[in-house]
Amino acid sequence: MSPILFWLFAFVMLIFGAAVVINRNPIASALSLVICFMGLSALFMSLDAFFIGIIQVLVYAGAVMVLFLFIIMLLDLRAEERRKINLVAVVGGAAVALALFVQIYSVVGQLSAANKPFPALASPKTDDVHSVGLLLFTNYNLPFQIIGVLVLVATIGVIVLSKRELR
Amino acid sequence: MVTLGHYLIVSGLLFTIGFAGVLLRRNIIIIFMSLELMLNAANLSLVAFSRFRLTAAGMPDYNAQVFVFFIITVAAAEVAVGLAIIVALYRARQTTHVEDVCSLKF
Repeated sequence: MSPILFWLFAFVMLIFGAAVVINRNPIASALSLVICFMGLSALFMSLDAFFIGIIQVLVYAGAVMVLFLFIIMLLDLRAEERRKINLVAVVGGAAVALALFVQIYSVVGQLSAANKPFPALASPKTDDVHSVGLLLFTNYNLPFQIIGVLVLVATIGVIVLSKRELR
Repeated sequence: MVTLGHYLIVSGLLFTIGFAGVLLRRNIIIIFMSLELMLNAANLSLVAFSRFRLTAAGMPDYNAQVFVFFIITVAAAEVAVGLAIIVALYRARQTTHVEDVCSLKF
């Protein structure tokens, strides 16, 4: 992938990611998160991970964000914008986050592999759905079944939590 | 030329934005969205390492992509349960602001 496209999608992702945190309106935050995930999906595709990029769009930008928007509109969260900002907490939180980024930056800077370019693939045709599926049903068969049980438990848990009175 | 380090720094920045969101915001739904940002930042560095470290056949290491697949599945289940808890909280307290929910505060 050309560096121009990498920087374009990285900036789109980071700017809309920051907009999620900065926006006072929850609906604007949720829509920014959709654009952020689209940029992330483009970065996945730039790394030849087409399957992951597509399920990122389908699962996150599609299913998960619709759920978020549905809950935001169900709860009708407009009172948020009237609250005042606690300046000490904002400055403290930003300082801690900045310290975390400085640490990540210094660790990546010490990594000797970090300034090597990506090696070329043996063939440009990556057939990654086939390869991921093969691994999923051979080496990772047990984790895959456990994930299935987890999704079932989550579905039942959501139904139990959504009942009007728990008994 | 785009190197592995560029992807790792972009991923670290996305993680930092998510972390700042968890620390700065007081609306529980925005905190939840910031958690999703942090999970996705981890996914980006996993896929970058998968593309960087080729197998003997010259293909990306698909073990990392299977791991990303599992993370996306668990995150989707987590969002469903978390939002159900938020709806239950809103029914009980009529708020989604973390400072209004402090019964367990010492």
